[in-house]
Amino acid sequence: MSGDAEIVKEFLIESYENLDRLDRELVELEKHPDDQSALAGVFRTIHTIKGTCGFLGFTKLERVTHVGENLLSLLRDRQLQLNPQITTALLSMLDAVRQMLSQIEQTGQEGERDDTELIATLVRLQQKPAPAESGAASPTTLGDILMERAGVAPQEIQRATEKQREGDPRRLGEILVEQGAVRPADVADALRVQQSSRGQGWAADSTIRVDVGLLEKVMNLVGELVLARNQVLQFANRFKDPAFLAASQRLNLITTELQEGVMKTRMQPIGNIWGQFPRVVRDLALGCHKEVTLAMEGRETELDKTIIEAIKDPLTHLVRNAIDHGIELPEDRVQAGKDRAGRLTLRAFHESGQVIIEIADDGAGLNLERIRKKAVERGVTTTEQLARLSEREIGNLIFLAGFSTAQNVTNVSGRGVGMDVVKTNIEKIGGSVDVQSTPGQGMTIRVKIPLTLAIIPALVVGCSGERYAIPQVNLVELVRLESDQASTSIESVHGVPVYRLRGRLLPLVYLSRALGLESATANARAVNIVVLHADDREFGLVVDHVNDTEEIVVKPLSKPIRAVNAFAGATIMGDGSVALILDVLGLAQYAGVIGETHEKALAAEEVEARGDSAEKSTFLIFAGPHGARMAIPLETLARLEEFPASRVEMSGTAWVTQYRGQILPLTRLSDVLGEPSPGLGQLRLPSEHSGPLQVLVLNQNGRPFGLVVDRILDIVADRTDVRSQATRAAVLYSAVIGERVTELLDIPAVVQAANLHHEPAHASAAKGRPGQ
Amino acid sequence: MNQGSQFCTFYLDQLLFGVALNDVQEVLRSLDMTRVPLAPPVVRGLINLRGEIVTAVDLRHQLEFAPRPDSAAAMNVVVRSEDGVVSLLVDEIGDVVEVEDSTFELPPETLRGRVREMITGVHKLKERLLLVLDTARACEMKPREPAAEP
Repeated sequence: MSGDAEIVKEFLIESYENLDRLDRELVELEKHPDDQSALAGVFRTIHTIKGTCGFLGFTKLERVTHVGENLLSLLRDRQLQLNPQITTALLSMLDAVRQMLSQIEQTGQEGERDDTELIATLVRLQQKPAPAESGAASPTTLGDILMERAGVAPQEIQRATEKQREGDPRRLGEILVEQGAVRPADVADALRVQQSSRGQGWAADSTIRVDVGLLEKVMNLVGELVLARNQVLQFANRFKDPAFLAASQRLNLITTELQEGVMKTRMQPIGNIWGQFPRVVRDLALGCHKEVTLAMEGRETELDKTIIEAIKDPLTHLVRNAIDHGIELPEDRVQAGKDRAGRLTLRAFHESGQVIIEIADDGAGLNLERIRKKAVERGVTTTEQLARLSEREIGNLIFLAGFSTAQNVTNVSGRGVGMDVVKTNIEKIGGSVDVQSTPGQGMTIRVKIPLTLAIIPALVVGCSGERYAIPQVNLVELVRLESDQASTSIESVHGVPVYRLRGRLLPLVYLSRALGLESATANARAVNIVVLHADDREFGLVVDHVNDTEEIVVKPLSKPIRAVNAFAGATIMGDGSVALILDVLGLAQYAGVIGETHEKALAAEEVEARGDSAEKSTFLIFAGPHGARMAIPLETLARLEEFPASRVEMSGTAWVTQYRGQILPLTRLSDVLGEPSPGLGQLRLPSEHSGPLQVLVLNQNGRPFGLVVDRILDIVADRTDVRSQATRAAVLYSAVIGERVTELLDIPAVVQAANLHHEPAHASAAKGRPGQ
Repeated sequence: MNQGSQFCTFYLDQLLFGVALNDVQEVLRSLDMTRVPLAPPVVRGLINLRGEIVTAVDLRHQLEFAPRPDSAAAMNVVVRSEDGVVSLLVDEIGDVVEVEDSTFELPPETLRGRVREMITGVHKLKERLLLVLDTARACEMKPREPAAEP
């Protein structure tokens, strides 16, 4: 006989809550085995579950909880002392109960579990046969309550208790229901009253349970209200009617307050998911033969429900990882002069509108050497790239896919999956993760996440006639270049447009191109660069207009559109039209800022770090004649330009071009190096078909001149320790730059050679080309 | 297969199509649309349906018909599919028709191309044929791919 669905549902909700509490209480109890009130609490909870499932007809569940209850009653009566075996057995009983409950939730049945072994263990641990706990929950009390509340006739109850005495194994409530004396709902009610009369009621006065679905609905409605408010505000501003304006201002304030209030209802303390960690830590530490004490700070820090759910698994993984990899075995710890027991600290707090969660251990820290080795072995990175990474960046390599330095693969972690998934999942909700490690002293993983996902501040930009919203969390700054500035200050490194932002090279992504849209603005107008931050890299997004920041309500996209990756969602603007929300990370990957040109971004960072590392300099690498790899120090470069062949004109025998209101002499690198150019190149203009010329603009005593090279290859920061003699004129020396032999151009020599061309034209032409 | 006896009908390039009335949420005049770059080609854009964001699928594109002339505004037949609500863009809305199962026939063998894949069959109405659209297939949004063979 299964009660109606409503009762079962309530039973499930209540039992889940109880179980979560039990996990914590049992682990707590293990530390303080003499805490009688805690023991009594655990006993009562199990008893209640047993009682309810008995009368709902879940016999298997009842059998398991029954033996558990017997064991607990012995503990409570001090006939037994709690020990780790008993705790483990009781915890596995909770697991079994949990599994059965989820089975019931899904199918309405208990399923075909075989718990004989568990039951045997629980019985064995009782040592001596326990006096059979009379099944009823103090029948008189339950009977009394039923008489009082449900108007059950005393005779009925007497009949039922008599049956029990005659050996009927069922619970009182169950028998009464069968007798038709009472409705199952009343029994459940009575059980609850009985339970609360035992001092175990909920804080019913100050909180109520609300269905999550309802909450979601209210949240959605508030979202709609926010949009309607935005619309009204737009109108109000247009009509300039003071009364209307005042009313809309009030609407604005109330909506904001309501929005905050409703958001708060979705907030949950992070302690809700931390609650499981004492158990996880205990089991794991036992499994790894380690000793770990867990400290938690900031349990009350609140987060949106959806975020809480999203970070649960990543956090669990990080905790597991810290115990499995971070904290050493007790013997090793003693040897290192630390406490036997490792310390794991979970910390949560708010910081500038975000929530920070730290998972800190005092273990061995990251073995950077091993990470370096592994990184190269696994092909995650190259030695060349490694050399450029800071220790922190090397630490963060553990978040790359296919990476695990655990020497032994355990069943806990170390299978090379996990940390990358952790990172991906945290980034999915707009968070980031960072690791700081001190060898021998432990490491801290810092997870930053937004407070909420439902309503976010965003910058609205315009591009090719559409509007797009960019989440504020990704926004770094806005740069506006007026048209005359724009045409000259955006340069190109090997086809990738870049902008020098305070000495750093910022790769640029044109939103219209990235999205495959026709660009509305020609070069004529000003350029708006939105500097964005994604995956620790910065890049500039070039858009047509920058509008305003707005609170937007994030709406999901249908699956095929989500698959595009460039969009995180959509929102409805004040005028009722739909705008897409850009997924900055996805867009960066799509446009290749993070993927292929990762190396370039790293190099750009190095440019920034140039001041710090004295030994390293940054070089522009380009291809000289016959594919020769050549370089100049970046600081000697004024600009990089690309000129169409048609813009080159002749001045005497030299190439020139009009450039920023001057005549810029152009010198071909092949001429300077004395390479015979194909044909009488010097006297001819470049062919129209030869494509644009790649020009390095160099400054020669304040006068610019252009050096025409074959191709721009890269910007690389490196030392030039490994050097060899130059093999030709106008080259200082050859050095290994970026792992390849590169000729370093002698700029004064080049300037000189170039000058020879320009003065007495004919004579110099002959001199300048000794190869002919 | 649910042949449903009631169909919401509409026209595409002079042809009469129908979707099972059970699948239809509502029928709307042309609405403002926000295009979605990089989206599957059949996706014409997103519309704001009373606060819900709905993807609009161009049925002409889906069936590989010639594009709708720019001057003609598309009508929205909003249907419920497995992946949520989708708006099918059509030329013109017809009536709701009730048909007998006896008038149903499988698509003629000679019918080729995308239309063949997209319909479950044909109802022979008195004066013309009603092509029964497979709602689930009509809502499919395959990522960019080369057009199917004729």
